[in-house]
Amino acid sequence: MSDLPLIQADRAVPPPAPTTVTGGRGRRLRLLSRTDRVVITLMVLVPLLLVVGLVWLPAAATVLLSGTNWDGIGPLGEIDWVGLKNYDDVVNIYPPFVPAVQHNLLWLAALFVVATPFGMFLAVLLDKELRGSRFYQTALYLPVVLSLALIGFIWQLIYSRDQGLLNALLGANTDWYGDPHVNIWAVLFAAGWRHVGYIMLLYLAGLKGVDPSLREAAAVDGSSETSTFFRVVFPVMRPINIIVLVVTVIESLRAFDLVWVVNKGRNGLELLSALVTQNVVGEASRIGFGSALATIMLVVSLAFITLYLFTVMREDRR
Amino acid sequence: MTTAIPTRERAAAAPAGRRRPLRPARVVLHLFLGTVAVGWLFPILWAALTSLRSYEYTASHGYVSLGGWTFDNYVTAWRTAEFGKHFLNSVYITVPAVLLTLFLASCVAFVIARFGWKVNIALLGLFTAANLLPQQALLIPLFRMFTEIPLPAWMSDSELLYDSYWGLILVNVAFQCGFCVFVLSNYMKALPHELYEAAMVDGASVWRQYWQVTMPLCRPALAALATLEVTWIYNEFFWATVLMRTGDKFPVTSSLNNLRGEFFTDNNLVSAGSVLVAIPTLVIFFLLQKQFVRGLTLGASKG
Repeated sequence: MSDLPLIQADRAVPPPAPTTVTGGRGRRLRLLSRTDRVVITLMVLVPLLLVVGLVWLPAAATVLLSGTNWDGIGPLGEIDWVGLKNYDDVVNIYPPFVPAVQHNLLWLAALFVVATPFGMFLAVLLDKELRGSRFYQTALYLPVVLSLALIGFIWQLIYSRDQGLLNALLGANTDWYGDPHVNIWAVLFAAGWRHVGYIMLLYLAGLKGVDPSLREAAAVDGSSETSTFFRVVFPVMRPINIIVLVVTVIESLRAFDLVWVVNKGRNGLELLSALVTQNVVGEASRIGFGSALATIMLVVSLAFITLYLFTVMREDRR
Repeated sequence: MTTAIPTRERAAAAPAGRRRPLRPARVVLHLFLGTVAVGWLFPILWAALTSLRSYEYTASHGYVSLGGWTFDNYVTAWRTAEFGKHFLNSVYITVPAVLLTLFLASCVAFVIARFGWKVNIALLGLFTAANLLPQQALLIPLFRMFTEIPLPAWMSDSELLYDSYWGLILVNVAFQCGFCVFVLSNYMKALPHELYEAAMVDGASVWRQYWQVTMPLCRPALAALATLEVTWIYNEFFWATVLMRTGDKFPVTSSLNNLRGEFFTDNNLVSAGSVLVAIPTLVIFFLLQKQFVRGLTLGASKG
């Protein structure tokens, strides 16, 4: 009832500059009627409860569980605190752990050294005024719309030992998905195939946002295109570069679908994400143990997420 | 290797405008991009090709051959993997999840963009970061939680959040909200603030400002996000694999394994199934390519 006059009063008389932050804030809040305040609270609270309840609380619980010996079946009251024992076990007596870490790092290295730069390179080429650019772009990011699980099946047609194209062409008899010496590379090739298109897309959008006068000025100064890119364009693209870096790290940490459809992350395709899943839905459910693995993933990802947030929020304030 | 070619061309062309003798460089550039593009399309085309040939023919003539054209693989794949049912399951999950994600995310984004409160930055960070966490890191408590939360029988025949569409929808919404909040709040911040002042003069409540002023103006962003989210949730594999048990209830992406025989896999059948599963995303992609690309790039830059 009393909200309308308040608003109009505020509109009619220019408000005095607030002396303190709290003073300003209180005035702002008073502008809102009770209904408005309830609405705002609900608008934030409902989504917030969902995200906190289904993402952040489970994340915190994972960290806590990693310090316990819970078997996943008994009541929560029977949990004993075991400190860092799970981490000790993971590192020392769990054979797939070391290969999993190696594979995750290999995944990161392959995307970072080959797929990401190749995607950026293609974006730079496609940024030119080029006839048929649309066709090239479409072909390159078509794999991005396919799920990684589906990509696993599509590449099976090429990698299969008896029915695959690769062996037919090479006259070889390799089981590309099954042989533990080669399957990680086969899977990485398929993952890279999708990643290149994704990075190309992100980077091309970034390049389109670069002020063209920068390039013109560099060209007038007689700078070659390569040096213009590395000295002018690349530095001003810093936020996009960081986003591309973070996307690459997160993608390689999250890699899961592809190896799970191939062989559930065993026999040469161990990844941290697959080990965590095996420890929960597999035959042996070792909760504390799986949580320790999950916590390791969580810590690494949070470091890069923080970097990402700082980058995009700083952009925001500009 | 190829860097040198376009480089010289642009550097020389820039000061003098468009000059003719530089054509060969362009040809090489087109050759290179054309080769890469065709190479990129090849695995998908190969799947489509294989799916149209009979297993008997390719088994005796090898895959590097032509002939044995048939449509039977699609019929068999549709029947054995019961795609009709699984496509419907995907619809049950994807449609409500996308609508709910966009609605909840736009609510939060509106509050973040409309009011300049200090907590808004923390709120934005909390949502955005949630979207980037590796799903497996939350699996253990979430799995346990889902097996503890009861649902009435009319909502789910498992009588639990586990193995129900509801649970899957909620998880997808919780995960995807972050990305949409991030994109939408950026989009809404770019709207002129005078809009709200005018609305307030008219006595519009906060809800009306959100629903009748902001939302209509956000249609382009909402369309782009809807396109992207439909693709993502349709493609979602992990949660459906671990939070569902009944084979009949799996969405189509996680039911692909039905095409693999216990002892023997017929690749022609697998390829037909793969093409069937890819069709909805490919249709979306070709019809709404602009939306799709804009959605992705809105997340990275503010283009």
